[in-house]
Amino acid sequence: MLRYRLKPAPGVKLPRVPLGRRLKRDFQRNRYVYLMLIPVLLFFILFRYGPMKNMIIAFQDYKPAKGIAGSRFVGFKNFETFFKSRDFFRLIRNTLLLSLYSIVFHFPLPILLALMINEVRHSGFKRVVQTVSYMPHFISVVVISGLLRNFVSSDGIINSMIGALNPAWSRTNLLAYPEYYRTIHILSSMWQEVGWDSIIYLATLSTIDPQLYEAAYIDGASKLQRILHVTLPGLVPVITVQFIMRVGRVMGVGYEKILLLYNPGIYETSDVIQTYLYRYTLLNNKYSLGAAVGVFNSLVNIFILVTVNTTFKRFTEDSLW
Amino acid sequence: MAIVERKTAGERTLHAGNIILLIILTVIFLYPMWHCLMASFSDPLSLIGYKGFIFKPMGFSLRGYETVFKNQNIMIGYKNTLIYVVGGTALSMVLTVLGGYCLARRQMMFKRVITLAIVLTMYVDFGLIPAFLNVRDLHLYDTRWAIILPVAINTYNLIVMRTAFSVLPPSLEESAMIDGANDFVILVRIQLPLVKATMAVVLLFYAVGMWNSWYSAAIYLLDRSKFPLQLFLREILIANANSTMAEANSVDGMQFLDELIKYCSIIVSTVPILIAYPFVQKYFVTGVMIGSVKE
Repeated sequence: MLRYRLKPAPGVKLPRVPLGRRLKRDFQRNRYVYLMLIPVLLFFILFRYGPMKNMIIAFQDYKPAKGIAGSRFVGFKNFETFFKSRDFFRLIRNTLLLSLYSIVFHFPLPILLALMINEVRHSGFKRVVQTVSYMPHFISVVVISGLLRNFVSSDGIINSMIGALNPAWSRTNLLAYPEYYRTIHILSSMWQEVGWDSIIYLATLSTIDPQLYEAAYIDGASKLQRILHVTLPGLVPVITVQFIMRVGRVMGVGYEKILLLYNPGIYETSDVIQTYLYRYTLLNNKYSLGAAVGVFNSLVNIFILVTVNTTFKRFTEDSLW
Repeated sequence: MAIVERKTAGERTLHAGNIILLIILTVIFLYPMWHCLMASFSDPLSLIGYKGFIFKPMGFSLRGYETVFKNQNIMIGYKNTLIYVVGGTALSMVLTVLGGYCLARRQMMFKRVITLAIVLTMYVDFGLIPAFLNVRDLHLYDTRWAIILPVAINTYNLIVMRTAFSVLPPSLEESAMIDGANDFVILVRIQLPLVKATMAVVLLFYAVGMWNSWYSAAIYLLDRSKFPLQLFLREILIANANSTMAEANSVDGMQFLDELIKYCSIIVSTVPILIAYPFVQKYFVTGVMIGSVKE
């Protein structure tokens, strides 16, 4: 029972084996594989594709007591309710702005950090910097949010630091003002994830052929020129793929942190689609509206992912698919 | 041929600046947890109204830890979190290893279709409400299974595991096959020892993910005796956490201990992870790189 058949010589055509026979052979060869696959497939069918059938309630006036079968179809009414609600514009704006700021300010930093760590020659120091910079990634979002609330409170160290720089500053809880929320959100995410996000770039840097650097050095390239013309081009494929994946998550801002940080006073800048789904639709049992918002959210997300990937595919050699 | 670099003055300045900047960054990365750790050993009264940095304990007291370890909620949370982490991670590892091995088979008729269907779930999300109704319809609502089962396989981890299996040389299993070994034997006896590094990373990802998770518990659990640590922690740390949590958020009603208790509960809930992760750290590069290999 060999799994690997020999390929026929070029030009030799073997008679095509009928499907039934191939199925039977495949099943015999892989019967244990299929047996092992059953629990895995069961998981994906139950928990990943299972929710798919519930999307239909986006087009219904769903009543839990009646179930999906007994609930009335209402067409696009739930979508209309969402599009016409006061919150719609605010949710879209906040979601997109938080993502945009994160892409503009956060995305380049891990690349910079990787370049900086890569320049360190002392391996002990290098290891310490890496270990410490990955650490925040493993701290739970509840702890991060608790700490943040403490640090930005009127007695917190952030107020002390601002006060040291600006004597006119009066202490205040920064989470009470909508204008500060985005800054707090983005900066804290940077603190938590920059080190972790730099791993992939660091790993890629170690694969760049040292001969390239030597050649550039012999040709008289300065350190900066070597970074610009050898290191960065070596990183471009990884940066591109990371960028597409980042943009593909554009609708998925760090909503768990928002849920733990925000309050009605700053919904203006902090309420995003995912937090609205939880607070407004799930806790109020507005399931149909929530499903409609979810469908809208997924469609926008897929649209953006496909657009960005297609664009990159057209202009560069690197893309997700 | 190695080249000994002659550095110009500018390059030396750049290098020194780089080191200094990295030292500053390291301090920034480290400080918040250091602040917590030092504050947690401080005298409760000295913390009240204190506005500055904390580099060493202010006074010394273990009152915070005494109160935290006597607190029922924290202990219930700890017990539940251990159940979720141990049970969930064990289930996740079994499923992920099985799935990774199967998807790495070289001759299997439905491999492409199955792989595609699985990878798609990384990009397509059906939303919170459909997932919630799904768990409810499966009668998992307000059971411990609701915390473990819906996240039993992380697709990214599955792909990492699959890649680790698929880079093993095919001759390994061919020779085992000829000796009459079936897939279970090949997986357990021959291939598992070779993918230990990847398994360590995946295991850490699952364990940390479960240890830190609070959102699915907030959605799926009503019964406080099943709450994981992070949910109780939320009540302690985040005062206006949620109107549905009517219970008092102060651990024992002694106001002056509140600050100290916050710091102590952060340390108690975070230290296990911070101790565990450096042991696995050397494998991170393997894990992250393998996961980024595209199809």
